[in-house]
Amino acid sequence: MASVWVFVEENDGAPSQLGLELLSKARELGEVTAIYLGVGGDDAFAALGDHGASSVFHADAGERLPSAPLAAALAERADADSPELILLGQAYTDRDVAGRLAARLGVGVLSNASDVRLTGNGVETDHEIFGGARVATAIMSGGPHIVLARPKSFPVEPSGGEAPAIESLDLPDAGKSEATVTESHVEEREGPQLGEAAVVVSGGRGLGSPDAYELIEKVAKPLGAATGATRAIVDAGWVPYAKQVGQTGKTVKPNIYIAAGISGAMQHLVGMKDSGTIIAINKDPDAPIFSVADLGIVGDVHKVLPQLIEALENR
Amino acid sequence: MKVVVCVKQIPDPATPYSLEEGTNLLVRPDEQVLDDTDRYGVEMGLQLAQANEGTVTLMSMGPKGNAQGIRQALAMGADKAVIIEDEALRGSDALTTARVLAKAIGNEGFDLVIAGTESTDGYSGVIPQMLAELLDVPALTYATSVETDGSEVTIHRQTVDGYDVVKADLPAVVSVTAGVVEPRYPTFKGIMDAKKKPVETMGLSDLGVDPGGKQKVASITDAPEREAGRKVEDEGEAFAEIVALLEQKKVI
Repeated sequence: MASVWVFVEENDGAPSQLGLELLSKARELGEVTAIYLGVGGDDAFAALGDHGASSVFHADAGERLPSAPLAAALAERADADSPELILLGQAYTDRDVAGRLAARLGVGVLSNASDVRLTGNGVETDHEIFGGARVATAIMSGGPHIVLARPKSFPVEPSGGEAPAIESLDLPDAGKSEATVTESHVEEREGPQLGEAAVVVSGGRGLGSPDAYELIEKVAKPLGAATGATRAIVDAGWVPYAKQVGQTGKTVKPNIYIAAGISGAMQHLVGMKDSGTIIAINKDPDAPIFSVADLGIVGDVHKVLPQLIEALENR
Repeated sequence: MKVVVCVKQIPDPATPYSLEEGTNLLVRPDEQVLDDTDRYGVEMGLQLAQANEGTVTLMSMGPKGNAQGIRQALAMGADKAVIIEDEALRGSDALTTARVLAKAIGNEGFDLVIAGTESTDGYSGVIPQMLAELLDVPALTYATSVETDGSEVTIHRQTVDGYDVVKADLPAVVSVTAGVVEPRYPTFKGIMDAKKKPVETMGLSDLGVDPGGKQKVASITDAPEREAGRKVEDEGEAFAEIVALLEQKKVI
């Protein structure tokens, strides 16, 4: 049976949603070892087992930036254990670890995978191109294969697996590559996290000005929704990068996605087109966003949104 | 202080992209533009270099074409550019790209390397980290702010629910998010000066790097299409359609 390593980062004391997605997929592919980065604990480890990990490498980097020392530890271990596949997510720390590890091992990385298959002599991944209109299948031989999968590619399914065997992974001194995390700031956020929300309300250039983003927040609040944005208004500095939905931002798959003043550039569509129900408001009747919208309103966001806010607030 | 900023010329995102038959490689026209996200790295580099009496060198791998994209970055104020162009590099994977860039950056010498978090056309999103590993320096990634005194660098690193303050000694690699600084628009003088600035072109043999691994695209297929639904012209009541749909989906 193939050996598959899966990177799982801790979030709020438990395995991240993305990590559980990757574990759920990985157990179809082989024998799963979770690389768990965080403080850890019985509950967290049990959750890893319950999603398919039969063993765990546990690493806690403390105040060190984890990527360099973790990549060094994993490279040494990979040389000894020769896993067929090392699966991580298209996410911040995942990308840091994957990049450094690949450079150490002298292997490539297949990024942005929406599916991954082991073929016996290599790995094959699907990734969406041109805003999700086409699917490219990439192949890589040699090994171990390092794959970054986009969030929301695989459903989380508990396996009912038992508590895994835990091995503590020592993180070596990465010398000149070390960096220190001196402070952590959690930004006040109303409503759920963008990647996990059941309802997402996003705004784009059609809002006209940074102040108008307030309309997005006011629609989101009564719906208990997360707020998102297009790359255009993130680049313009209206809202932080963390809100960006799209190819270079977050992939979301909520039950309801409301796109206001968003034309639907390929860059944006790839991050949200798999949402359950899409509602779009844009004044241009030919905007590409309408080609994926279940309900498209051709109208001015400055008229429609205030009316919508009033209707929602008066319920 | 010596600042190297990695930049990339890409086909204009406002034009439709096409793939070469047989290889499935992206067709790159002679006329390419500076990847818009690179403007943030260039601006950051210029500001840090100015504050620390430094220089800014642009580093780019890919077909040079008419170098219009590189001139855009030079016009912002960078001092010079190095372009690595080689037919053998077509279709290179991320690691080969990083090896080539790392060798060229190592030859150039650096205190700080700045790159975007990912390119708009390839977006593998791992090049800055690979560069850091190959150069044996820290990778301070997804920066929303960067400060340096010439010996240490401190960034705000974007996280899922906020940011971390991360610190390291120079030399280092920093990847910056869009919005880390407000990029300047080139002045007329900047554009004129850019035409005279040195642009050095080199190939693999100049660097002594093997072409290395390729990622093969085996096939391209159409994705299942999502069907468009109802389109309603707003005549003052369209908001009610949204409310009705939200009710039907039991969100409210």
